[in-house]
Amino acid sequence: MLRAGSLAVFLSLLWLLLSGYFTEPLLLGLGVASVLSVVFIAYRKEVLDSEGHPVHLIPRALVYWPWLLKEIVMANIDVAKAILRSPMAISPTVFTVRGSQHSELGRVIYANSITLTPGTVTIALEGEELTVHALTPAGLEGVESGEMDRRVAWLEGGS
Amino acid sequence: MFSAASLAILVVMAMALARAVMGPTVYDRILAVNTFGTLTVALIAVFGFLTDRPEFLDISLVYALINFIGTVAVTKYVKYSHLGDPGEDRDWEDL
Amino acid sequence: MALLADVISWAFILAGGALALVGGLGLLRLPDVFARMHGASIIDTLGLGLILVGLMFQAGFSLITVKLFLILLFVFYTSPTTTHALARACLNGGIEPRAARKDSNGEPPSRP
Repeated sequence: MLRAGSLAVFLSLLWLLLSGYFTEPLLLGLGVASVLSVVFIAYRKEVLDSEGHPVHLIPRALVYWPWLLKEIVMANIDVAKAILRSPMAISPTVFTVRGSQHSELGRVIYANSITLTPGTVTIALEGEELTVHALTPAGLEGVESGEMDRRVAWLEGGS
Repeated sequence: MFSAASLAILVVMAMALARAVMGPTVYDRILAVNTFGTLTVALIAVFGFLTDRPEFLDISLVYALINFIGTVAVTKYVKYSHLGDPGEDRDWEDL
Repeated sequence: MALLADVISWAFILAGGALALVGGLGLLRLPDVFARMHGASIIDTLGLGLILVGLMFQAGFSLITVKLFLILLFVFYTSPTTTHALARACLNGGIEPRAARKDSNGEPPSRP
């Protein structure tokens, strides 16, 4: 029930910010009706759990995202340099790493973070094993050092 | 300045189109078309500023979502030759 | 103040355009589909990201900035999902990555 409330708050905020209507009663009423119907459908479909609406991750995500952004910038520069060299300084490698997260959501966040960082793409996720395709040696080392793994494990609530 | 940005985006779009035409596999083409869609999002946003009509941003926002759904749908279609039920012998978790 | 915001936003937009060009070049030059995903990844993250951040500086504090931020958020959420779906489809379609293999027991990578 708590998650339904927080989903309603988030959807209302999204509606207000995207529409820009703050005073017209008719439009606001229609907005409230659409928010309530979406929350009702989500409740009926039973997707309002810790996976479908992971609102409990937000405080730690605010710490994780800036670090991820920094990683993305560094990886961008690295891959851009590799592409601009002539001949290209690439060494494509496929390797497997283990995700130490204890929930499936945590592993998906880890896999998506790896993919979002240029230079590394998760091409398969089975159980705890992630198969990663890395373009540059720096990308390979970045994943194998396991720092992102630790940070995602911390993000999902581990120690 | 906005016109310079749009010019750069258009050049990259031409590169993506070239990759989509060259192939060689169907997955290269899907990747190129997805990139083309992302660049279209950027181009619409920049165009809204170029003509001083920020309403274009709404179109850009919707285009970002449609681009995602469209690419996943095409990927699924290529993989299963079907957009709905992948069939009894296929695994739902694959996509 | 307005001039400063202009200069910052121009720098961001120019950097974003340049990175998008590099990504497009990668899309053309890289050898196989898995490698090309990294080029597309540059465009999806910082290419688009820097351009939108530059536009945010032009817009100042307003609903336009919120919309630009939402576009950025959506793209950052959807781009890895698309790439992963495409990579799975490639593997299922029988395309092997042209790359050195390295197992978790620590063998050094060799050139393909």
